[in-house]
Amino acid sequence: MTQPLISNPAVKSMASRLPVTPNDSSSPATPAASQSACFHCGEKVPAGARYSIVYQGANQPACCIGCQAVGQTIIESGNSDYYRLRTDLPKTPEAALEELKNLKLYDLPEVQSSFVKSEGDLREANLILEGIVCAACVWLNERHLHQLPGVLAADINFSTHRARVQWDDSRIKLSDILKSIQDIGYLAYPFDSGRQEELFRKERNTAIRRLAIAGLGMMQVMMYAVPAYMAADGTMTSDIEALMRFASLILTTPVVFYSAWPFFQGAWRDLKLYRAGMDVPVALGVGAAYAASIYGTFIGSAEVYFDAVTMFVFFLLTGRFLEMSARKRSAEAAESLIKLIPAAAMRLPGYPTSREEELVGAVKLVAGEHVLIGPGESFPADGCVVEGYSSVDESLLTGESMPVVKHVSSNVIGGTINLESPLVVRVEKVGSDTVLSGIVRLLDRALAEKPRLAQIADRVAAWFVLVLLLVAASVAGIWYLVDASRAFWITVSVLVVSCPCALALATPTALTAALGRLTRLGLLSTRGHALETLAHATDFVFDKTGTLTTGKFSLLDMEVLRGERDSLLDMARALEQGATHPLAAALREAAGTGVLEADNLSYIPGRGVTGRIAGKTYRLGAPEFIGDAPPRERFHDGVSLVGLADDAGVLAWFALGDALRPQARQLIDELRDLGVRLHLYSGDRAENVADLARQLGIEDARGGMLPQDKLAAVRKLQQDGAIVAMTGDGVNDAPVLAQAQVSIAVDQGAEAAQAAADMVLLSSEIGRLADGVKLARKTQVVIKQNLFWSVFYNIIAIPAAAMGYVTPWMAGLGMSLSSLLVVLNAMRLSRISKS
Amino acid sequence: MDILYLLIPLSLVFVAVIAVVFLWAVKSGQFEDMEGPAHRILMDDDLPQTDVKNLSAKQEDDVSAR
Repeated sequence: MTQPLISNPAVKSMASRLPVTPNDSSSPATPAASQSACFHCGEKVPAGARYSIVYQGANQPACCIGCQAVGQTIIESGNSDYYRLRTDLPKTPEAALEELKNLKLYDLPEVQSSFVKSEGDLREANLILEGIVCAACVWLNERHLHQLPGVLAADINFSTHRARVQWDDSRIKLSDILKSIQDIGYLAYPFDSGRQEELFRKERNTAIRRLAIAGLGMMQVMMYAVPAYMAADGTMTSDIEALMRFASLILTTPVVFYSAWPFFQGAWRDLKLYRAGMDVPVALGVGAAYAASIYGTFIGSAEVYFDAVTMFVFFLLTGRFLEMSARKRSAEAAESLIKLIPAAAMRLPGYPTSREEELVGAVKLVAGEHVLIGPGESFPADGCVVEGYSSVDESLLTGESMPVVKHVSSNVIGGTINLESPLVVRVEKVGSDTVLSGIVRLLDRALAEKPRLAQIADRVAAWFVLVLLLVAASVAGIWYLVDASRAFWITVSVLVVSCPCALALATPTALTAALGRLTRLGLLSTRGHALETLAHATDFVFDKTGTLTTGKFSLLDMEVLRGERDSLLDMARALEQGATHPLAAALREAAGTGVLEADNLSYIPGRGVTGRIAGKTYRLGAPEFIGDAPPRERFHDGVSLVGLADDAGVLAWFALGDALRPQARQLIDELRDLGVRLHLYSGDRAENVADLARQLGIEDARGGMLPQDKLAAVRKLQQDGAIVAMTGDGVNDAPVLAQAQVSIAVDQGAEAAQAAADMVLLSSEIGRLADGVKLARKTQVVIKQNLFWSVFYNIIAIPAAAMGYVTPWMAGLGMSLSSLLVVLNAMRLSRISKS
Repeated sequence: MDILYLLIPLSLVFVAVIAVVFLWAVKSGQFEDMEGPAHRILMDDDLPQTDVKNLSAKQEDDVSAR
């Protein structure tokens, strides 16, 4: 994501002609690679593909019709600079293009009412953009939107991947805007920004204001403090000194009462509940130092701590701000869950007497109504099939990689996708009663059970406060007896030097530095504790589909009985042209672009297809459909077999299955070397799971598990004392992800899984996870060093202050140096290289 | 050293002015996207085309229309 932009002009012009190659976008592609890599998406161009993109007068290869269309649209709209500017490759756009027909739904007033602000013909909506990988994507989308007649304004936020679009409804429809974004290969859908978003924005702006005030105050107060420390005795007149103190007081006051206000609020809340969190020592330190400094300013004594106070507040606020930004990202992922349920549905009000169709918002559906769901559309609610025969992709909810066949009286789940032919469904459950909502609730509960770690930190803080107060009280008591005139100032200096500055910074700075490094590795942390727990994890649990495997079918093996391999594949491609089944897509992908054409195609949902090629009839489908037993023993367990036959019998068997991710084996080996136990829990068929576990050498592998089973298995591990790290994707994994002490969601999985996860692997290289574990362990070492240092500092500083040896400038210097040391030590983490 | 009687209050005024400017910037939404502008400045519309003579006629039309 943060690839440097190519700035050398020579390299740039080279990069303009050659597309960035996958996995290594920082160096220009070699000419040999560009022959076979798609100009738009960088994927390998299948042998025999005839797609091309005309770029600067030359034909460039494209891997599929989707890339060709997208590339041509981008260039024809005058945005060919995109190919020079981009620093990362987009996804292959084919899948996105299938959803085109659903876009018209977004023009309906009742659908728009939830997310569009309108004033006459002027409309404004917030869109979530999918597929943004680098800054050039933002540039391309903005320019493309501005070129549309009727679009009045379009801003895209690079950090959140959201766009705010204003348009004139009399000149352009929302569906046209969404479609034109799809034309250039991105996916846009509107969302209801709602109150939550507004609340977040306000909270963030307040945090920035507090940080700014503290920063400005800190810098200027330091300016006044330094001369006072440096000046030799007697060189500074007392009225100049007083002037500087009053100036410091004026600047420190807003820092204490505005910037540090949340600490006082937090401390007050804690005290009311008779407990002590980290806010209590912070508030105590700031409050004591500030009060004593005011007193010092007015009576003209030597002791003021304004510099220490402002610096302390600034450092702490910086830590909190970074933490807040990370939290916000996780909340954004949660919102994406809504997207699973379509915005509108095709209602059949007169069913079964009339088949009149009517578009309505999905929220308006009630139980008992009938809806029509075309192929490629998702179900708007839970229901029961009353007409039709099709297969449904439920992988998002169940993790099952094979589509499930649905016929009359089968139940369907809202959010899953109908693949083959239209279904009429009687709506049974809507809104909060649906399975999807149930999973969300399960997720909420598991999330609510979590923050045990936060309590531990608070308990430490409570001890710290108690010890500190005891020390301060005894110091005050003893000095009162020894020298009553010094007792007050010495007690204050104890409170100030012991300010848990290094203590409060030790952990957050190390975590923030490590998180920054992790993000650059492609592993995004959404919760503060994730890294810590990852370092301590003893058991890694993996989901199969989409995590260790690609989650997509591909051709693994092929048995040729008669004929020649390439032409048989070409036949299969011709027969499957236009089928939406994932097995069909896998065959098409394996065959690439061919020459044969099939006609008289007839699809038998769930079984196969028949068609005519060059006058001869062929059948392609499941073994039962072909009418011959496949040579099972020749293939791995757990592959799906598809046969191709003509009138004389079987021609070939295709073994299709879920292929391993490229780095899965490396990851498993590295994790084993790190000494963690490995488990594989999957909802897929047991034989598929066992097969994969054998390949990778994972001993504990279980298949056929429902989300509840996985949850129970993880609980069992936890009861035996394991710290579980769960890696998965799919909504079905969401509750397990939340149950595990630390969870990692894998990219290309469902957004909802990311919402429940503590970490999200944005990179498609799953091997980065092992780097993440190593970094997490290194972070623990740095945190321990930091904590050791701050304890060491306190052991020296508190007794010194108690004896009366610490003057304010020493306190200030000691605090800054110890903070600096802690921060610099933490920064080492951001430079650790990837293996 | 008497100049300090002027300079110190003046520094306070400056800090106040800077604070106000900063708060205005926050209010006008300049901190909502911390990454985008850094990239955006590199992607200006007036980038020279690298290989103008090879441009297709269609693109040239587009360029001159703008």
